[in-house]
Amino acid sequence: MSKEKTSFVYVTYIRSTPEKVFEAITRPEIARRYWGHENVSDWKPGSTWEHVRANEQRTVNVLGKVVEIAPPTRLVITWASPAQADDPASYSRVRFDVEAYQDMVRLTVTHDELEAGSGMAKGIQQGWPIVLSSLKSLLETGQGIDVFAKPLAA
Amino acid sequence: MDADKVFKALGDPTRRKLLDLLYEKNGQTLGELCEHLDMARQSAAQHIGLLEEANLVSTVRRGREKLHFINPVPLHEVYERWVRKFERRRLGLLHDLKKELEGD
Repeated sequence: MSKEKTSFVYVTYIRSTPEKVFEAITRPEIARRYWGHENVSDWKPGSTWEHVRANEQRTVNVLGKVVEIAPPTRLVITWASPAQADDPASYSRVRFDVEAYQDMVRLTVTHDELEAGSGMAKGIQQGWPIVLSSLKSLLETGQGIDVFAKPLAA
Repeated sequence: MDADKVFKALGDPTRRKLLDLLYEKNGQTLGELCEHLDMARQSAAQHIGLLEEANLVSTVRRGREKLHFINPVPLHEVYERWVRKFERRRLGLLHDLKKELEGD
């Protein structure tokens, strides 16, 4: 029995170039500055990629395969928790579309084939808005925001 | 980000309801959204247009359907700029008061 799937579409406009936005996703030394993680891969179709926490533990928090790559406009990857890496049904899909606008870039992140109500679906709903704000902040001001920041309890 | 557009888009109960509807179930058509609203389809489309302009709603074409998705990225930016800053300050004041009262 197949479970109900859900999808999310996130859009942000960034005053930058498609090349810089694409590099910010695929180059570890840039990703760690706004995401707290590095996306590690040789970025060839069919290759694996790993989302590695940029600290001493180097924990792999997400992994998957590169489905399609066309710099600097499109990247499609699969996405799963390492704990569920053996279960093909647990893999969702993330697509990055980078479109040049006049003096900026429209970045669309489409995360689909997610199991509705799963921990991963809940996690990414929290995560993507923060990560994309932080990416925008880094490329426009040179500084990312703390993606691990917790709400301050009153 | 155009914060004026975000605040304007949020300053209307129908548009806030539309965001709530999309939060409950993402990726709905205009027809589905209209079922929960007491207004003409055309008026609903105008409200959605303002949400799209503020980048609070993004759309994806799937065949003949146009699906609407809630896009919370601008909300996060507003939160960072207009909420978190003041929370920090308020908590700072509480911290100072506590230090004073406890004589630390």
